[in-house]
Amino acid sequence: MNELLQNYPEEVKQILAKYPAEYKRSAVMPLLYLAQRKEGYVPRQALEDIAEILEMSPTEVASIVGFYTLYYDQPAGRYHIQVCTDLPCALRGADKFLEELCQRLGIREGETTPDGLFTVEAVKCLAACHRAPVFQVQGDGEIEYHENQTVELTLAWMEQVREKVRAEKEAQS
Amino acid sequence: MSQYVLLRHREIPHLDQLDVYLKHGGFEAAKKVITQMQPADVVNEVKTSGLRGRGGAGFPTGVKWSFLPNNIWPHYVVCNADESEPGTFKDREILESNPFQLLEGLMIASYAVQANRAYIYLRGEFWQIARKLDEKIAELEKAGLLGDHLFGTNYSLRIYTHLGAGAYICGEETALLESLEGKIGQPRLRPPFPAVYGLYGKPTVINNVETLTNLPPILEKGAQWYRSFGTEKSPGVKIFSLSGNVNRPGNYELPLGTTFRELIYTHGGGIPEGRKVKAILPAGASSAIIAVNDDAILDTPMDYESVAAIGSQLGSASVIVADETVNMAWLVSKTVNFFKHESCGKCTPCREGTFWMNRITQRMMAGRAVESDVDLLANVANQIAGKCLCALGEFSVMAVQTGIRQFRTDFLEQVKQQTAPVAQGD
Ligand code: SF4
Ligand code: FES
Repeated sequence: MNELLQNYPEEVKQILAKYPAEYKRSAVMPLLYLAQRKEGYVPRQALEDIAEILEMSPTEVASIVGFYTLYYDQPAGRYHIQVCTDLPCALRGADKFLEELCQRLGIREGETTPDGLFTVEAVKCLAACHRAPVFQVQGDGEIEYHENQTVELTLAWMEQVREKVRAEKEAQS
Repeated sequence: MSQYVLLRHREIPHLDQLDVYLKHGGFEAAKKVITQMQPADVVNEVKTSGLRGRGGAGFPTGVKWSFLPNNIWPHYVVCNADESEPGTFKDREILESNPFQLLEGLMIASYAVQANRAYIYLRGEFWQIARKLDEKIAELEKAGLLGDHLFGTNYSLRIYTHLGAGAYICGEETALLESLEGKIGQPRLRPPFPAVYGLYGKPTVINNVETLTNLPPILEKGAQWYRSFGTEKSPGVKIFSLSGNVNRPGNYELPLGTTFRELIYTHGGGIPEGRKVKAILPAGASSAIIAVNDDAILDTPMDYESVAAIGSQLGSASVIVADETVNMAWLVSKTVNFFKHESCGKCTPCREGTFWMNRITQRMMAGRAVESDVDLLANVANQIAGKCLCALGEFSVMAVQTGIRQFRTDFLEQVKQQTAPVAQGD
């Protein structure tokens, strides 16, 4: 059974409608985002599901996951805090920001906080160079920018997210 | 400039709302073009305006359109919104704040080459922008400004967004097409060029966001009006993205030919703590570095020709400023690391060469390099140059070659110091 089709029938249909029927392979990237929405990574089964919908091989779908940096094939923190440390940002102190943030969280770059919520990574230019330090957050199927940051601001925001997640859990139990 | 052409939202609040955009003459240009002009006349008007592609290459836009053969159909237009060059953040502002002018420009381009389907390829990080654009497109369709039988004519157009997923190379035209076709984003061998063999093997025009956003005012006010800005060979206005060690980094829309001094000091508010400019990268991380050892350099006009005359290129006009406290070996290590990360791996000189350059510069930064590493680095860069399939490989050596040539003492100092330099932070 194709889980992706079953879970998101409308979305799949809408995505396919964007491309000529004979070139439906174009839908592979949007379908991967869809597959990644819930868990924050592309589960193995999804590769097969997408391959089936688009008449590709699962290996071909996997190669797309491997090539592009915004897809993940392994679970990590629910939120990826991706700090830009490219040249223009670095000229405005982005390296120092990342280092201090990691220090305060007690993790190293690329690692996840002990509560499993946040993975902190360095990334390349986010097209927000004039508002450095800046990071994007990838999580819950969305990508959100945080600009003109300080370590304090970021930590405060993380606390808010923790609150939100706690409240979610309570509501569920 | 008192009146913006591209960043009009800075004067007109809420220009990203359809009613506001319409109230300020929105879609009048598209209507005029589609109901009153022949496609060939539109191409000619844009040729006459002298508009050159704003994505980096600076190729004349109208000429690019005229390459599409008229015996192969369908034609496609693709908007390149894969803005990823370190130092570049102009398209993002247009997409967020003046999206209708871009969409109108895309309509004009599509009509000019008689495409009935257009795609906007956005970098994956612009996820929120893509969602907003989808809403705008839906709004236009609802208002009858996009879709079938536009303005009562036989011309129909659909516009779709497509999100990339974090790969700088997809800004390269043919890699972008591969990616849009659902493949790994690696550049294609050229020729054939996209104008003949583009999306799905069909004739395709690929234009940058800023280029397209210029079109509505050009068609509304005419080519001659547009030529009243800028210089003879680089007419029009341009968004300069200013970043790095400046007091007021940001996007500045100015006529081509404005000097570096005016951009950095008048608009950008100068350098923190009154320090001096040491170097300028006028086209983002892929620039040949301009050493500002002579004050007169700052008086160079920023147009395609003048910047080339001082040994660099204007490209997308993403001006990165490094002040006197910056060690240029460190700066070069940053650009090298970027290109190593973004090399698509298709051809050996780029894949291996960027990897190797990165190892050397990382060694330098970790304090483990020896003096001969400076020559080794220059040597590897020279080996890469001229042997790559696409521009990324060439870009990767620009800062290295020009950096070592002009700032050799910085490299030697870095090797001797045996500690990583600390970046300036404001
Ligand atoms: S030059 Fe680099 S980025 Fe371009 S095709 Fe070759 S490996 Fe890929
Ligand atoms: S260099 Fe950091 S956003 Fe561009």
